Amino acid sequence: MAAIERKFTLQVPSSTENLAMIREFVTSVGRQATLDDAEINKLELAVDEACANVIEHAYGHDITKDVSVRATFDDEKLKISVIDEGRGFEPDKINQKSVDQLVQERRSGGLGIRLIKTLMDEVSYEIEPGLKNELHMTKLIKK
Amino acid sequence: MPNPFAIQTAVEDGLAIITLEGFVDAHTAPQFESAVQSEIDSGHKRLIVDCEKLSYISSAGLGVFMTFVEEVRESGGDIKICGLVPKVKHTFDILGFQDIFEMLENQSAAKRSFAAS
Repeated sequence: MAAIERKFTLQVPSSTENLAMIREFVTSVGRQATLDDAEINKLELAVDEACANVIEHAYGHDITKDVSVRATFDDEKLKISVIDEGRGFEPDKINQKSVDQLVQERRSGGLGIRLIKTLMDEVSYEIEPGLKNELHMTKLIKK
Repeated sequence: MPNPFAIQTAVEDGLAIITLEGFVDAHTAPQFESAVQSEIDSGHKRLIVDCEKLSYISSAGLGVFMTFVEEVRESGGDIKICGLVPKVKHTFDILGFQDIFEMLENQSAAKRSFAAS
């Protein structure tokens, strides 16, 4: 029998005050997908980072815009997509300096995407600036 | 909403102690940044950030530590972190903060560390 896929979507105005609500949403979905606490914590942080990037960089704190978080899961994997219609970004141009170097330069940029790549099992992008940007993050469900 | 954010500052024996509670994310990190900046502007260069009641931190919060640590070290001070719960410590560890910052078990240990340095 084919695995049943479940879908959940949260759409909120582009404001950092909604990050707590987004974290609650993905935590709840992670529990339904039977992830353990450690994996849920990683999921929560990765999605927070992705949404904070959209709110701050893609939309420049424009609260009239919306951020969508779409979650789908089956028995094997949980996929979260963060969707926006903002400026987008070039994944290859993200700051790759070491944390040590950033500290020397008194900068902190680029940590978010670094965390996302560390925390999630698969990360991919579909970037169409001003039209639709999607960041897809997958967590495999270990039995 | 669980885990609201709160921040308290105190000064003891020349040490600025900043106590974080709840979550530090992109929404609340600016308040944390202002608190650190305020202590530095007041002439404090030895800071303890007590994270015993901190339940969550994202890169926005980690960035605050990164922004200020060189400045205080250049003036002979430091930022020491204490009381991290395992979930929060994991986030610090992912980015290698254990190689950059001294992380102590609790506020007393952080004070002793400053006294010994």
